[in-house]
Amino acid sequence: MQAPILQMTGITKRFPGVKALSNVDFRLFPGEVHALMGENGAGKSTLIKVLTGVYSIDEGTVTIENQAVSIGGPLEAQKAGISTVYQEVNLCPNLTVAENIYIGREPRKFGRILWNKMNKEAARLLKERLNLSIDVTLPLHAYSVAVQQLIAIARALSISAKVLILDEPTSSLDQNEVHQLFSIMRKLKNDGLAILFVTHFLDQVYEMSDRITVLRNGELEGEYLAAGLPRIELVLKMIGKDLKLLEELPKLSEEAGAAAGSIMITASELGRKGAINPFDLEIRKGEVVGLAGLLGSGRTEMARLLFGVDRPDQGKLLAGESGSPVKSPRSAIELGIAYCSENRKTEGIIDDLTVRENIILALQAARGWLRPISRKKQDEIADQYIKMLNINPPNPEHLIKNLSGGNQQKALLARWLLTEPELLILDEPTRGIDIGAKAEIQKLVLSLAKQGMSVLFISSELEEVIRVSDRVAVLRDRSKVKELGGGELNQQQIMQAMAGG
Amino acid sequence: MLNRKYVPILVTFGLLAVMFAAGSFRYTGFFSAQVLYNLLIDNSFLIITAVGMTFVIISGGIDLSVGSVIALTTMICATLVERHGWSPVVVIPMVLIFGALFGTLLGAIIHYFKIQPFIVTLAGMFLARGICYIISIDTITVTNGFFTKAAQTKVPLPGGNISINVIIALVIVLAAIYLAHYTRFGRNVYAIGGSEQSALLMGLPVARTKILVYTFSGFCSALAGVVFTFYMLSGYGLHAMGLELDTIAAVVIGGTLLTGGVGYVAGTLIGVLIQGVIQTIISFEGTLSSWWTKIVIGLLLFVFILFQRLLSDRRVTLKT
Repeated sequence: MQAPILQMTGITKRFPGVKALSNVDFRLFPGEVHALMGENGAGKSTLIKVLTGVYSIDEGTVTIENQAVSIGGPLEAQKAGISTVYQEVNLCPNLTVAENIYIGREPRKFGRILWNKMNKEAARLLKERLNLSIDVTLPLHAYSVAVQQLIAIARALSISAKVLILDEPTSSLDQNEVHQLFSIMRKLKNDGLAILFVTHFLDQVYEMSDRITVLRNGELEGEYLAAGLPRIELVLKMIGKDLKLLEELPKLSEEAGAAAGSIMITASELGRKGAINPFDLEIRKGEVVGLAGLLGSGRTEMARLLFGVDRPDQGKLLAGESGSPVKSPRSAIELGIAYCSENRKTEGIIDDLTVRENIILALQAARGWLRPISRKKQDEIADQYIKMLNINPPNPEHLIKNLSGGNQQKALLARWLLTEPELLILDEPTRGIDIGAKAEIQKLVLSLAKQGMSVLFISSELEEVIRVSDRVAVLRDRSKVKELGGGELNQQQIMQAMAGG
Repeated sequence: MLNRKYVPILVTFGLLAVMFAAGSFRYTGFFSAQVLYNLLIDNSFLIITAVGMTFVIISGGIDLSVGSVIALTTMICATLVERHGWSPVVVIPMVLIFGALFGTLLGAIIHYFKIQPFIVTLAGMFLARGICYIISIDTITVTNGFFTKAAQTKVPLPGGNISINVIIALVIVLAAIYLAHYTRFGRNVYAIGGSEQSALLMGLPVARTKILVYTFSGFCSALAGVVFTFYMLSGYGLHAMGLELDTIAAVVIGGTLLTGGVGYVAGTLIGVLIQGVIQTIISFEGTLSSWWTKIVIGLLLFVFILFQRLLSDRRVTLKT
C-alpha cells in the first residue's frame, strides 16, 4: 500500500465553549475518493475549514507528502496543493471561462495579459483533464451550474492540486449532471488525484467512494473501506447507535388515532427540482405524521413546499375538505396551516419583543393590522397560553431572548396555536432544548392531535418521531422512500429505509 | 452570442450616431468636424473624471467626491500659482498626487472599515468642497503664462482644431482601456465587481485592488481639475457643482452596470459624448432653456437603467 498523500493527526479545534474537533485523525491516499460522513454538528465542515486554512488548528499536525505544513489561509492551502470546490460556485460570473480558471495567474509579457495564450491553455486544460469542449471566451454565467462547477475544478487543477475537496458538489445538480461530474471524478482519480468528497447522499457515497471516514460529535468514529461497510452500519455509526440496543419504545400515541377523520391535506406528485423529488403524502384530521431522514434528505424542503414557501414545479397540493390549492404561505395560513420553522432564531422568534408580543404576532397578522387586538385581550391570551404550555418564567412582559430555548419554542408554538390551525407543521421543534421541555412538547403534540388537529412532525431524533407519530414518512436522498405505520413502526424499520440499498 | 456582451455599448453608440445625424439634418452647420471637436473640447474634464468613475463602478462602488476634488484642485492650482507664485511644474504634479492620496484615503476607509462607498465618498465630497472655501470664497483668476498657453494652444486637425485638454483626455481613455483589459489590476477590478467573495477565495488581492480603484478615481479627478483650470482659467469653490452626478449618468449611459462587474471605458466616452450632443442640440435650437439638457438626460437614464435591468434579468433566466 502506498503512503498517504495527506495525513492529519490529532486535530483538535476549540471554539469558545465548544470543542468542535477533538483528536481527529484523517488520511487521504492518492488516487482515491474518500467520503467524509457525519450528522449535523459532527465536525465535518470544521475539519474541511481547518484543512483549507479558514480556521487555525489548536492541536495536531498536517503533513502533505510526509512534510509537515502549516496552513494559514486559503491561499497557503492552495500553494500546499489543497484546492476546494464548494457547493456554491465561487467564481466570477461576469468574467470569461478562461479568466475564471487563470485569474491571478494569467500568462503575461511585460505586464500585458496574453489573452490568446490564456484562452488556448484553458481550452486545452478543459479538454484534456475534464473532457469538456466549450467556448472559453464566453462569460461564466452563460453556462449551467454543473459546467461552472467543472470550471471551478479546472481552476483547482491548474493550480496543480494534489488534494481536491468537493464540498456538497452534487446538491444543486440534476441526475445527468451528477453522472457527468462522477465520470470526471473517476478520471481524476485514475490520474492519481486524492479526492475528499462530502455529500449527504448515501447513494452517491456508495457509488463513488473507496473509503469512508465517519465523524460523530467532533470525534473520529472510524475509517472504513466503503465495500466493507453496509449502509445500515454506516447510518448507525453516524447516528451513534447499536443495532442491538434498538429496543421497542413505549409508544405514546394510541393506535386508535388511525381511525381518524377526513383528509386534511393531499400532496400528489408534488416536487421541486433541486429540493425534493415528487412525492405523495396525505394527512388526515387528528393524525400525527412524522418525517424521518438524515440531514439533507429533504425534510425541510418538503415542509416548505407544503406550506407554500417554495413554489413546486410539478404536482398538486390541495388542502381542506374543499380541496383548495395552497399557493403561498398566506393562502396556507388561510387554509389553516401553520409552520414552525427549524430556525427558531432567524425565522421564528423576534428577540427584542416580549413573550406576549411574540405570541400575539401571528394572530394579529391574520386579523390584519387595521384591527388591533386590545391590550386586555392580549394579556388574557398570553396568560392563558403561558399557563397551558407551562412557559417559564410565567411573565408575559419578559423579553423573549432571555428565555431558554425550550421556552422560546413553547412561545412559538403558542403563536401558531393561537391561530387555531388545522394542520401544524413542526420542523425540529425540540432541537437544542432540554429533556423535560422535550417531553412536554411531545405531550402537547399528542393532546392537540386528540382534539382533532393534524400535525406533521419533523425531527432528527427517531425515538421522538416514533413516540408521537401515527405514521412515519421516511426520506432518503431527497425522495420519499417509504411510509411506515402501525406495527411496522420501529427504529429498525426506519433505519433500514433511511439507509436504503 | 459573443456579441451579446457588447449589446449595451453598441446600443449606446447607435444612439450617439442617431442623435448626431438628427442634429445634422435639423440644423445647418451642425454636421461639421468642428462641432464634433467641440464636443470633446467642452467635455474633456468630464471624460477624464468618468474614466476614473468607470473603474469605481465596475468594482461595485461609487465615488461622489469627484466634483469636489475637481473644485479643490482648481482652487489649489490657482492659489499656489497666482497668490504664492509657485511654478506650475511643481504645482501640477503635487495636486495630482494629492488627488490620488485623497482617493486612497477614501478607499482605505471603505475597505478596512467596511463602510458603504456612498457615505464615505459623500463625506469626502463635503470635506473637499469645504476646504475650497478655507482657501478663498472668491474666484481666483489664473493669468499664469503656462496655464494660459495650455488653454489657448490649438492643435490643428482636418476640418478644425482641438485643445491640449482633448489630447490629455484621449490619452487617459486609451491608457484606461489598456489598464482595464490587459493588466491584472484591471481584471481584478472586474472580478471584484462580479463577486467580491469569490475574488477573495480565488486568492486575488482584493484589499489592494479596491483601494487602488479609488486612488485612480482620485487621480483622474485631480487631473480633470487641472484640465478644468486650463479650460476655465480660474479656481473657484463652486466649480464643477453636481458634476459627480453627470459623471455617474455618463458612465451608466455608456453601458456600465451599477451593480458592478460589467462595463467598458470606451462606452463611458460615448456616454459623455451623448450628454454633449444633447447640450449641443439644445444650444442649436436656441429657444430652449439649458435645463432641457437635464430633462433629456433624466429620460435617457430611465430608459437605460430599464434596459440594463431587462438584460440582466435575461441573464438570470438563462442561468436557471
